[in-house]
Amino acid sequence: MTAPAVLLRGGRLVDPTQKLDQIGDLLISDGRIEAFGRVGEVRRDGDALDTVDCTGRIVSPGFVDVHCHLREPGREEVETIATGARAAAAGGFTAVCAMPNTDPVTDNQAAVGFIIRQANRAGAARVFPIGAISIGQQGKTLAEFGEMVGAGAVAVSDDGKPVVSAQLMRTALEYARTFGIPVADHCEEPTLAANGAMNEGIVSARLGLKGIPSEAEEIMAIRDILLARRTGGHIHLCHMSTRGSVELIRWGKERGINVTAEACPHHLSLTEEAVEGYDTNAKMNPPLRTADDVVALQEAVRDGTIDVIATDHAPHHYDEKEREFADAPNGIVGLETALAVNLTWLVHGGVMDVTTLIDRMACTPARLFKLPGGTLRRGSVADVTVFDPDAEWTVDPARFVSKGRNSPYAGRALRGVVELTLVDGRVIHRRREASTQGTRPPR
Amino acid sequence: MSAAGALGKDLLGLEDLSGDQIRLILDTAEPFKEISERAIKKVPTLRGSTIVNLFFEASTRTRVSFEFAEKRLSADTVNVASSGSSVSKGETLVDTARNLEAMRIDMVVIRHGASGAARFLAERIESNVINAGDGTHEHPTQGLLDMLTLRDNFGRLDGIKVCICGDVLHSRVARSNIWGLRKMGAEVAVCGPRSLLPNAIGEFGVTVFEHIEDAIQWADALNILRLQLERMHAGYIPSLREYNRVFGVSRERLERAPKDLLILHPGPMNRGVEIDSDVADGPHSVILDQVTNGVAVRMAVLYLLAGGRPELAEAAKGGGR
Repeated sequence: MTAPAVLLRGGRLVDPTQKLDQIGDLLISDGRIEAFGRVGEVRRDGDALDTVDCTGRIVSPGFVDVHCHLREPGREEVETIATGARAAAAGGFTAVCAMPNTDPVTDNQAAVGFIIRQANRAGAARVFPIGAISIGQQGKTLAEFGEMVGAGAVAVSDDGKPVVSAQLMRTALEYARTFGIPVADHCEEPTLAANGAMNEGIVSARLGLKGIPSEAEEIMAIRDILLARRTGGHIHLCHMSTRGSVELIRWGKERGINVTAEACPHHLSLTEEAVEGYDTNAKMNPPLRTADDVVALQEAVRDGTIDVIATDHAPHHYDEKEREFADAPNGIVGLETALAVNLTWLVHGGVMDVTTLIDRMACTPARLFKLPGGTLRRGSVADVTVFDPDAEWTVDPARFVSKGRNSPYAGRALRGVVELTLVDGRVIHRRREASTQGTRPPR
Repeated sequence: MSAAGALGKDLLGLEDLSGDQIRLILDTAEPFKEISERAIKKVPTLRGSTIVNLFFEASTRTRVSFEFAEKRLSADTVNVASSGSSVSKGETLVDTARNLEAMRIDMVVIRHGASGAARFLAERIESNVINAGDGTHEHPTQGLLDMLTLRDNFGRLDGIKVCICGDVLHSRVARSNIWGLRKMGAEVAVCGPRSLLPNAIGEFGVTVFEHIEDAIQWADALNILRLQLERMHAGYIPSLREYNRVFGVSRERLERAPKDLLILHPGPMNRGVEIDSDVADGPHSVILDQVTNGVAVRMAVLYLLAGGRPELAEAAKGGGR
């Protein structure tokens, strides 16, 4: 079934992969980017054409999230691959990578195949499985990277927990080279972080909550960077949260070590102050840090020391979060607020231009994880997002497509609304409000 | 019951209170002291009020003190301990709270192992909530009774020097003392092994003494915290014996001080660990006065939260003996 051709008319076409930034039209047909050019220059005769007025909007490569938790199999009451893929689409993501800390753990080719089948049935954003590094994420025995990659896995990770054994991490980095995949690590030195509930500092000391020091992350980050230097493997550092980590990554990159890193929208916008009042929707791991860390992370995303922004979307059932802070689970939903948080704090906040943001949310993640999309080049797959960078809205978790409601942004006014998301040239999300109705010529 | 008293709806911590509110509680406690000295220790002030003492952690002193305070004000009280209630069957705190509220209670006194538990409850029920200790966060009535005891002895709090000794990291008593004393104008210091002080202690506005001898030279009063024995098992200190030798408050150490120091301890004491027996039982120990003052302070808090007017506290004592 071929989707009808789509003409995105009059938007600001922004594609860092070809240094494109102009007002124009973009034509999509047969699931591919067919052409783009100045307004009115792109013509197509014959078949039905779905024309969408994109005036005042940005037309971008679809966003790619290299880190989310879709909870299926195992916790389908919290999220499913279908609801997660639809939430992704609503957030402007055309592809997401699902972490393997499911139940059972995604640590073999059959489990990888299940996720791909569920994603195909959902027919929303593309979902790429990340396989486990170790069987059962137990940190002992290497999982079958080759078979998982054969079934469709794009990376390996034991995310949710660190790879405690340095020897296992070394072996994973070496073994992954055969398959050309990144090894993504959740950097957390477990004895320093044990029972921690938030960042260690004055706020944790005042609230009487066990703190997690920055060093718990940084010690593992530098260990992983050194092992990448030893092995030549590709280490990808998940959800970096501290200034120290940024400095260590910069140190590694200056020496040509194959290290890449991600930061999350919440670590780029909020601080430990958000925990005041014991708000469990501000509890995540790694925790929200200090204003100084936020500034360092923002700067690192701008200058490319941190390569990509990833959501770490982690839905939880509302009553799991409705409890004593120390007992509440870590994590927040992020797919449907990522763009607006990034626009509000990073672009409207004056840290970077929208072109850089698009690179960190779409182009670079697709390139690092070798995924389709991430570009508007002619002939590439038509994974495209159209958004209004200025429109203001107030976050109401009850309206999320995700089953998760656990957001620290509830009630906040953010700027930036996704209008349209296309995968393979097919519309998988269209903004509900009437402001951007496409015009369809009569047949 | 009115929630619009001088303290607001709840007493969750001293960090939230102003100096004036703390002074109000201490002043209100003064007339209530006398009730406990009567032959018939009961006034009708809270007759008809129902209060639940919800204790998720073992406690003797604090629970009994609250219960006496409630009973001496004629409230109807129920004690719920974590064993033997639905709590031990896995009911969540929010469900426990809603069920209690459905029975139309007026106040909840809560002791809980999780920091923030009292606030969690207060935000979800209409009843007044009194924090009787939440995790390693605050224990406001302990801080208040410590301050009342200090004020009884020094005649003021402004300008006195108090050193809190021991496991500040895990101590809710320490936090309530630090906030309360600083708001009342006292100078506050802490002394203990760095492994038992918060890393961010420098941002609390207190002086830090590495050596107990230096603290003793400086202070007018020591508030000596209980050293939880499990801290040794968790590896924060190597042994109780060494703790006593390095940080223990002994008579020999006190005798080298330029003046007599007032000795406070929130209890229960580990004699021979953080405090030697001849100090605990010595002439400058006010440890039992703290316990006596605990009842009066809790009566004052109950009275004020119930909407009682501070200027009528004297009259609220009711009829004679």
